[in-house]
Amino acid sequence: MGGIVVHFLKRILLTFLILVIIVVLPKPAAAMHIMEGFLPIKWAIFWTITSLPFIILGFFSISKSVNKNPELKLLLGVSGAFAFVLSALKIPSVTGSSSHPTGIGLGAVLFGPLAMGVIGFIVLLFQALLLAHGGLTTLGANTFSMAVVGPFAAYGIYSLSKKAGFSQGIGIFLAASLANIMTYITTSFQLALAFTGPTGFLVSLGKFLGIFAFTQIPLAISEGMLTVVIYNFLAQYSKNELSQLTNTRG
Amino acid sequence: MAKYKNLILICAIFLLSTLPLFIIESDFSGADSIALEAIKETNPEYKPWFNSFWEPPGGETESLLFALQAAFGAGFLGYYIGYKKGQKKVRDR
Repeated sequence: MGGIVVHFLKRILLTFLILVIIVVLPKPAAAMHIMEGFLPIKWAIFWTITSLPFIILGFFSISKSVNKNPELKLLLGVSGAFAFVLSALKIPSVTGSSSHPTGIGLGAVLFGPLAMGVIGFIVLLFQALLLAHGGLTTLGANTFSMAVVGPFAAYGIYSLSKKAGFSQGIGIFLAASLANIMTYITTSFQLALAFTGPTGFLVSLGKFLGIFAFTQIPLAISEGMLTVVIYNFLAQYSKNELSQLTNTRG
Repeated sequence: MAKYKNLILICAIFLLSTLPLFIIESDFSGADSIALEAIKETNPEYKPWFNSFWEPPGGETESLLFALQAAFGAGFLGYYIGYKKGQKKVRDR
């Protein structure tokens, strides 16, 4: 019992430690999806082609899970709803700007990275069409960062942390928060590749990483913790569905 | 203490998200604009070659749409939570 208290105190302490460090390095920053028209056409096409196979495979993955266990449809809805909510929130960061979390960690850990690719894609499409946030030309690139790299990173980190013997909570936290950061690191790479400018790729990369990575850190931590909260609920109330999922994943 | 873990996490999230509002002087402008500035620095001649089909007419409408997106998602989550809690009650009876 005391162990759990220490465990959570440690986590909260770590959070504030990181907070303090970030406050000491003020940097004007911001991060979100790449805006409409802001990827040169060859890159727009490249990223669309790169992300397409993942989306297609994702559709098959979802049909497979849902056909085997129709009760999982609700849980898939939960994963989608979670991503929908988190992507809609603009949260202020200690760097002085605001950004969106991704919310893809939950679904990636539950249903695997391919299934989450489709859900991430749907969220991005919705935001591009109705909110002019992100874009259709940049949909491929944003899909690759948020719906492919993100979920794969989440799933990979979760699996690794289970193998390393970490608790479920820590695994989920690391998966969701690090996947968030990976998504925005990918976005930085995409922009740096497209906009190397006269100073070259590495300088551009450094600039974009500076813009994206620092702002995201507190948001990633919040997202990690929130994903744990939801997962705790599911572990308590949706035990059947969770065990079905582990069975399908093998 | 274990049964308060969710509450503690939620409090921590709340603090993390609201602290910047109190300790930082900023208008917390959204992200796209700053990335835009960076692109202008590295590639000043770049012009976007495509425009969104439709843009919300202003900040208010944009806020509405973001709020609706969050509300739909949250509504579904709330439905699920209520459904599962009810299910458990019946099962444990």
